[in-house]
Amino acid sequence: MSFIPGQPMTAVVQRIEIQKLRQGDNLILGFSIGGGIDQDPGQNPFSEDKSDKGIYVTRITPNGPADMAGLMMGDKIMQVNGWDMTMVTHDQARKRLTKKKEDVVRLLVTRKSLEDAVKNSMGGQHIRKPH
Amino acid sequence: MDTESTYSGYSYHSGRSRGSHRHGERSRDRHKSRSKDSRSEKSVTINPAPAEPLLGDAAVRGEQVQDDNWGETTTAVTGTSEHSLSQEDIVRITKDLEESVGLDCRRYFTLTLAVVLGLLVFLSPLAFLVLPHLLWPEKLQSCGTACEGLFISVAFKLLILLLAVWALFFRPPRASLPRLFVFRALLAVLVLLFVVSYWLFYGVRILDSQDEDYQGIVQYAVSLVDALLFIHYLAIVLLELRQLRPYYSVCVTRSTDGETRHYNLGQLSIQRAALAVLERYYCDFAIHNPALLAASKSRAAKHLAGLKVYNVDGDFPAAPAEGPGNNAATGMAHSQSRAMIAAAAHCRDSSHNELYYEEAEHERRVRKRRARLVVAVEEAFTHIKHMKEEEQKKIPGDVMDPREAAQAIFPSMARTLQKYLRTTKQQHCHSMESIQQHLAFCISNNMSPKAFLESYLKPGPTLQYSRDHWLASQWTLVSEASVTSGLRDGAVFVLRCADFSLVVSVKKIPFIRLSEEYIDPKSHKFVLRLQSETSV
Repeated sequence: MSFIPGQPMTAVVQRIEIQKLRQGDNLILGFSIGGGIDQDPGQNPFSEDKSDKGIYVTRITPNGPADMAGLMMGDKIMQVNGWDMTMVTHDQARKRLTKKKEDVVRLLVTRKSLEDAVKNSMGGQHIRKPH
Repeated sequence: MDTESTYSGYSYHSGRSRGSHRHGERSRDRHKSRSKDSRSEKSVTINPAPAEPLLGDAAVRGEQVQDDNWGETTTAVTGTSEHSLSQEDIVRITKDLEESVGLDCRRYFTLTLAVVLGLLVFLSPLAFLVLPHLLWPEKLQSCGTACEGLFISVAFKLLILLLAVWALFFRPPRASLPRLFVFRALLAVLVLLFVVSYWLFYGVRILDSQDEDYQGIVQYAVSLVDALLFIHYLAIVLLELRQLRPYYSVCVTRSTDGETRHYNLGQLSIQRAALAVLERYYCDFAIHNPALLAASKSRAAKHLAGLKVYNVDGDFPAAPAEGPGNNAATGMAHSQSRAMIAAAAHCRDSSHNELYYEEAEHERRVRKRRARLVVAVEEAFTHIKHMKEEEQKKIPGDVMDPREAAQAIFPSMARTLQKYLRTTKQQHCHSMESIQQHLAFCISNNMSPKAFLESYLKPGPTLQYSRDHWLASQWTLVSEASVTSGLRDGAVFVLRCADFSLVVSVKKIPFIRLSEEYIDPKSHKFVLRLQSETSV
């Protein structure tokens, strides 16, 4: 997940689909996010590059919808339902995830282990460009 | 520590002991002469200092007229019965006669009672000791060592009692309260009962039977003195200590300009609370300046004159005081007044605009004058120099004392000061003489020009000014509850003087529930938050 400013970024992503769980009046996903372009990237314990201002998963509720769908702590969220999450503020990210009219969110997430897995196996042929 | 009978610092034997026969007869005479005292017991006067000349007959008469109305609307709860009524008579008489004569009568009356009771108290133990020697000296057993030791004890205890009574009761009075000081009266009655019962016992068991055991008699006298010391302890607790702990918070508001202060008081009767409030009034509240209220009064007058109501329908105009049967008229009067109020609210007059600009202009003018004044005073102060002792001998030239120095530099700042005082409407509070005196005081104490100006730039408390500017020397306590009853939560009473009144409302300080929570000093642990984390 190296990031060179000005150059298009490539990453290995995993598609995760989470069904929102209804709890009372709210629809919850069962995880917490941190990061954003208005936050301090140096404090992010999960990012490799300490200037990465992306949205990261900081905590997962055990046996919550996110946990069931396979989301892991430390994942960086690249897209939510087609909306880009690499250059958003913290609040915008929260809003994209908590839209009341949507019952399901389709995330594209990336993590270090994915890239390593791809490198170890085929040598880069299955890389998908995010759009 | 004052009763209504004035100046009663004199003793705790305030003149209202019920057992005193002399007083009872006098009150009976007063009863007959009482006739039409229509003034209810509610409005009573407090004089803040002895021998204070009244404001004038007009004020007095004004008070009495108002008191008639009060008599109808307030509940009649009296402290003590005929004694307080006779006191009313005394007060009325003193108001008609010259002030000092009347007050002296009250004073002496209380003083004589106090002295009588005091003598009775102090001489009783001595009498107990001396009488057996006088009446049956032959039969009496001689006094042994232990008995003579008790003599010393009696002597010293009496001395201590004398000093203690002097310290607690013989103080110059600071006010005359309208009513009996209940605790003092109770204590006087208690002491009297005590002494009387001791005498009874003595008379029956010792005098009649001519007891020979002198030591027993001495011990009896010692026990009397001990008991008197304990009663004195009771007096201290009831009169002094009980009201020290703050229990009520009173809110005092001046009716004319709304200045408000809050004080903490203990458990006091209403009259003593009024006294405490008045003492603090003189120190804390800025002096009442009627000139400052003229603006709002003129505005109010303009409001009233602004709207006229015409009756287009040709009905009779409003005269609502016709009686309960005239419902139509009163109804119309109500609707008329309501219409007037509504119209006034809608009326688009620009009085608020006027007020705003007027106030801004006034502010600017005051600041300009103040700047000129400060400069003038500073300059004036540079003209004189305070010389030290040694220098005085060296330069035997034109040496002046403070008054002359003040008179020398005063003219240079007089005009600016006067203009400033006129702008802030304080000119009637300060006379030329008082300003010069203050200037002499400041320069002899090496004060800076700013210190000299401080008393003119801000209105100070009432005590700062000379007595003829006070506008607040005679007070009337107006209360719905009896003035000897204690303060209660929600009580309201009014202290009225000729120009304004102080409205006092009482609130109880809430009962405080304090609980503890122990925090182990080692339990302070911190963790860094990962920026902001939102759960979705």
